[in-house]
Amino acid sequence: MSSYTLLINGQSHRVEAAPDTPLLWVLRDHLGLVGTKFGCGIGQCGACTVHLNGTPARACLTPVATAAGMRMKVTTIEGLSPDGTHPLQRAWCELDVPQCGYCQAGQLMTAAALLASNPHPSDEDIDDAMAGNLCRCATYVRIRAGIHRAAELAHGKEAAS
Amino acid sequence: MNPAALDRRSFLRLSAFAGGGLILALSLRRVAFAEEGVANASHGLVDGDFMPDAFVRIAPDGTVTIISARPEIGQGIKTSLPMLVAEELGVDWRAVKVVSAPLDPAEYGNQSAGGSTSTPQSYLPMRRAGAIARTMLVQAAAQTWGVPASECTAEDGVVRDRSSGRTLTYGELAAKAAELPVPDPDTVVLKDPSQFRLLGSRIGGVDNPKVVTGQPLFGIDQKLPGMLYAVYTRCPVFGGRVRGANLAQVRALPGVKDAFIQNETFGGLNGLVPGVAILADSTWSAISARKQLRVDWEEGPHAGDSWAGFTAQAQKLAGGSDFELVREYGDPDAAMKGAAHALEAAYSYPFISHFDLEPQNTTVSIEAGRVLVLAPTQNPEAVRRDVARLLGVDDGQVEVTITRSGGGFGRRLDADPAIEAAAIARRAGAPVKLTWTREDDMQHDHFRPAGFHFMRGGVDAQGRLSVWMQRHVGFNTHYFPGGTDYPSRFAPAFRLEVAGLSQNIPQGPWRAPRSNTHAWVVGSFLDELAHAAGRDPLAFNLEVLGTRDIVRDPGPRGDPYNAARMRQVVRVAAEKAGWGRKLPRGRGMGLGYYYSHRGYIAEVATVTVSKDGDLKVDRVVAAVDVGSQIVNLSGAESQVQGSIIDGLGAAWYQALNIEKGAVVDGNLDTYAMIRMPDAPRDIEIHWVKTDYPPTGLGEPALPPLAPAVANAIFAATGKRIRKFPFTSTDLSWS
Repeated sequence: MSSYTLLINGQSHRVEAAPDTPLLWVLRDHLGLVGTKFGCGIGQCGACTVHLNGTPARACLTPVATAAGMRMKVTTIEGLSPDGTHPLQRAWCELDVPQCGYCQAGQLMTAAALLASNPHPSDEDIDDAMAGNLCRCATYVRIRAGIHRAAELAHGKEAAS
Repeated sequence: MNPAALDRRSFLRLSAFAGGGLILALSLRRVAFAEEGVANASHGLVDGDFMPDAFVRIAPDGTVTIISARPEIGQGIKTSLPMLVAEELGVDWRAVKVVSAPLDPAEYGNQSAGGSTSTPQSYLPMRRAGAIARTMLVQAAAQTWGVPASECTAEDGVVRDRSSGRTLTYGELAAKAAELPVPDPDTVVLKDPSQFRLLGSRIGGVDNPKVVTGQPLFGIDQKLPGMLYAVYTRCPVFGGRVRGANLAQVRALPGVKDAFIQNETFGGLNGLVPGVAILADSTWSAISARKQLRVDWEEGPHAGDSWAGFTAQAQKLAGGSDFELVREYGDPDAAMKGAAHALEAAYSYPFISHFDLEPQNTTVSIEAGRVLVLAPTQNPEAVRRDVARLLGVDDGQVEVTITRSGGGFGRRLDADPAIEAAAIARRAGAPVKLTWTREDDMQHDHFRPAGFHFMRGGVDAQGRLSVWMQRHVGFNTHYFPGGTDYPSRFAPAFRLEVAGLSQNIPQGPWRAPRSNTHAWVVGSFLDELAHAAGRDPLAFNLEVLGTRDIVRDPGPRGDPYNAARMRQVVRVAAEKAGWGRKLPRGRGMGLGYYYSHRGYIAEVATVTVSKDGDLKVDRVVAAVDVGSQIVNLSGAESQVQGSIIDGLGAAWYQALNIEKGAVVDGNLDTYAMIRMPDAPRDIEIHWVKTDYPPTGLGEPALPPLAPAVANAIFAATGKRIRKFPFTSTDLSWS
């Protein structure tokens, strides 16, 4: 057991955990931030995607010791926006993207990083960026559309296309 | 609160539409319900609320609450079923709050989610629930004004007196309406569908805002005070048991509270099976400790089973006489002899996993004779029944909170995770959340049945289907093709025979059970016969579908097959897809069509196969006949898109290998699932509305996809796929 200070969604949290404990389980079991999901545990499904200093990372493969490193800022789905109004969150609701919804936190976190680096992605850019995020309900058609719509919303185009 | 409410408690039995034959019990007692995601919430009722039936509640402040009683597993019923109530009630959807009910079938009727039954079973009862409330609110207003009820209209939460223009809101009328007698549901007047304002429109999922902000909705998100976290290690060989384990060593590991052997069984292979439980202070402590667990298994008689062995057994059976005749008519042997073109082909498909993205889990608390179960389940009644029987308590002592499920696809119809959690909690002396790892979930799934089909068929000198002979070798009689499965009744001469292999593999319903594979076998072999006869597959298949509108069996056997509906969707899909267009080599178009779960659906796929054999599905056009009315256009479209891509992924990639009696694949490192780059960009859906009762869409759009794509691949390359997954066939061409 070691003690770690984590900076998550702008707030500081102190946790006691074994150094190899994946960030995923610290978020879910220690801190009650359950928006980040357990899907495969081997970094292949993307349901646990969070941002470490703005870069998508698999929380199931990130030891708490790494996430607690100096200046490491963790962002989870709970912190993607203060009030659920990130353009992707708005687009997801507008286009009714989720089915079961279990993968969508991971999809949104990956998509948010994509839009941050590429504000107007093509279908190919989206396919490449999102290939690591599995959607078992196969909402892929709407995820693609949702990312395009979010790109519009982020640039002030409010009217539904 | 209306003092008369409990006195007039009565259980009216509402007949749903005759085709479904369902009777839904709709209690008129005021009911309690749990707030979303909160276990054991207050069951109190607020005074002055109007709650004329189990599904509608109107507060004096005008708040309209509609109760959703069936499990939300991604199929969208938490939105679509309340829409049925809201339409008839006459309220603005934006003013409606939807809450989930706990398990209470006496109040809500059937609370399962499976077989695409929610829509057909709820379409009339939910509308009546809304119409009852509207009728009573109108009556309350009419009495207030002293005018006939027929002079009043109700819409957008307001009753209006036509002649004077006076209005009263539903909230203002709630207290008075609560004092009125509840009308007989059979007598309430339902809206004419031409007057629908909400049904058929696009409504987003009611929980979308919670989903996109990561709120705790799912079973795996639940937490009870003092809860321990459990993992459970089952014998890799089905039917095995535990001889011993290094429990002392495991108990000494960090965070571990207990570890014990559990050799009790309950409910067979799909129920509680022997294993070792580890209880810890966090999920990770439990998973981590499990890596040190060493179990001495008594594997039993099935430790030598393998997929290769099953395949060899099936092939050996194929030419023999160990088959049971399911159905025969005409003279198939004579027809084969007389066929102008005769074909033989062997088709097979492996076991696959449901792969619900939320791994199986359940949280259980047992305290002072009261059992609380928080379960992501499609079948909460089975959860209660099985947990009660395991623990030796009455059903009434088991309270079940139905959480949102991260996917279902049929897996959560079985209650085994809840039974396991109860067995562990019984010994733990504390509430327990049992979480399956992905490896548990994949290797102890109740698999989509594997199967082998040995086909023979013929066409006559005019190029018409003349004979169909099918031998199926499978693993679970429940999923064997039946005597009325297409093209039975359509082929002039027909024989279906079946034989069984090992019954030691746990299997279960996987989205569109049986149809999900049978549609491909049938659709592919018909395509083979069309090509053998030199016929256009579209014309050939329309000819097989014949000229009769309704095809029945003599006597009560099987569903009548509405061939007219099927021919129509086949024609629509083909026309919209541009069937018959000349495509260059390497591109092809294929037709798939199948009746399942009350839906008539045809799909035409257009594919491109590179010379190296890389497949791309460019476009899928679907024609969908699920009756007279789409409930939620957004949800319906999403189900069809998802079914098409899911059907593609299952056919293209998924396969579980079995060696030494155990499933080899445990996770995504060896088990491939479809990803976004392989999902068709162009999926076009055409709703073919017919004058039949509305039916469900969780399943029927899946089966036609695999034959559509496989037949398109043949058209593009001349390569016939006779084996799932598609990746096991070399598609390269020159």
